[in-house]
Amino acid sequence: MIELRNVSKWYGSFQVLTDCSTSIKRGEVVVICGPSGSGKSTLIKTINALEPFQAGEISVDGIDLHDPKTNLPQLRSRVGMVFQHFELFPYLSVTENLTLAQMKVLGRSPSDAKAHGLKYLERVGLIAQKDKFPGQLSGGQQQRVAIARALSMDPIVMLFDEPTSALDPEMVGEVLDVMIKLAHEGMTMCCVTHEMGFARKVSHRVIFMDQGHIVEDCSKSEFFDNPEARSPRAKEFLSKILAN
Amino acid sequence: MLSLDLSFYNWELFSNYILKGLLFSVQLTVIATVGGIIAGTFLALMRLSGKPALVYPATFYVNVMRSIPLVMVILWFFLLIPMLIGKPIGADLSATITFIAFEAAFFSEIVRAGIQSVPKGQTYAGEALGMTYGQNMRLVVLPQAFRNMIPVFMTQTIILFQDTSLVYAIGAYDLLKGFEIAGKNYGRPIETYLLAAVTYFLICFSLSKVVRLIQAKVAIIR
Repeated sequence: MIELRNVSKWYGSFQVLTDCSTSIKRGEVVVICGPSGSGKSTLIKTINALEPFQAGEISVDGIDLHDPKTNLPQLRSRVGMVFQHFELFPYLSVTENLTLAQMKVLGRSPSDAKAHGLKYLERVGLIAQKDKFPGQLSGGQQQRVAIARALSMDPIVMLFDEPTSALDPEMVGEVLDVMIKLAHEGMTMCCVTHEMGFARKVSHRVIFMDQGHIVEDCSKSEFFDNPEARSPRAKEFLSKILAN
Repeated sequence: MLSLDLSFYNWELFSNYILKGLLFSVQLTVIATVGGIIAGTFLALMRLSGKPALVYPATFYVNVMRSIPLVMVILWFFLLIPMLIGKPIGADLSATITFIAFEAAFFSEIVRAGIQSVPKGQTYAGEALGMTYGQNMRLVVLPQAFRNMIPVFMTQTIILFQDTSLVYAIGAYDLLKGFEIAGKNYGRPIETYLLAAVTYFLICFSLSKVVRLIQAKVAIIR
């Protein structure tokens, strides 16, 4: 469903992504991990064209991102994204956060949008907060609302950019639970994360990145259970991260 | 020692001379603020658009308007506009057009800073949900930018109100002119200018108190 072919990106003269190629099939859960600065967040943001890229091709559900005829906003409305810092709209209530894009981008009626949004709000366990404002919610609650907001658009794939990195440790669990449930329901997901426990539990494949390159792209079991066959950089990363 | 005779202060003084001027000054301030914010927002969006055809003219306009003293701009417009449209226009209308054009440059800088103060993540969130650039601006960025900018807008309005006194240069009948005429007619210029200063002070001071209140309220919400 998502294909990346030789994707390269430069910020000025600095190359942040080099020749990245991978694919994500429908229903797959792919985790991208790696050290800071490896380009993982940049890579996931190229998938829904939030970040431009200069070389290579990316296609989502058969649509080429660089095709001038592609309607990028329309494509983005079908790809859900959850950000590290939640990015809820602070001046709108939770319900309004859920319905804004549904009404203005998808053209749903206010009542449909509300019903739809509240359905997902219930799925993430926060229906009681529907009239609150983001500033009144905890980080974990805000992130779950952000997930519900993305799901309300009925996306074909969900992208997560370090969804738990900005959360207190106690709240990481509640967000991961929602993501695990989503994975079990068959949603195609791509997650940039440091949560190896989550990766072990629900992912199908793990991509390891280092300095803008995709170093490893293998099945979960290959990555975790067969560390000897992995490249030195990946082995080093695994040993440090699993030690904690 | 000044011997001030304030006994002539009465309602008649106010209604005959000063009311007309006060109304004009207030009207000019309001129109210039609203027009300035609208035009300023367009200018700011032009400068932020990234398209050279929009960026250069807008930047040129803003830089020129901010580099010339307001009193000169008032005089120039008063002389230029009749030449451009072929017939004379009154000082009042000339002042109104001048102020909107002038304030647009200042408000555009405030709006530009306000837009840039909205975290980039918010723009990404709007884009990720499928919003176009226009929708993102209208629904995500500008609502937040304007909320942030309200205290600065009001401060600019207070300054604008004081600047309206510069229409003295083209003889428009504003608050200051009202006091001046009254002073001449009653033969008491010192007392009337004193009252003028007090009036300006009271109005501006009260407005700045309101700004303080709004700032406190906005701070809590964030």
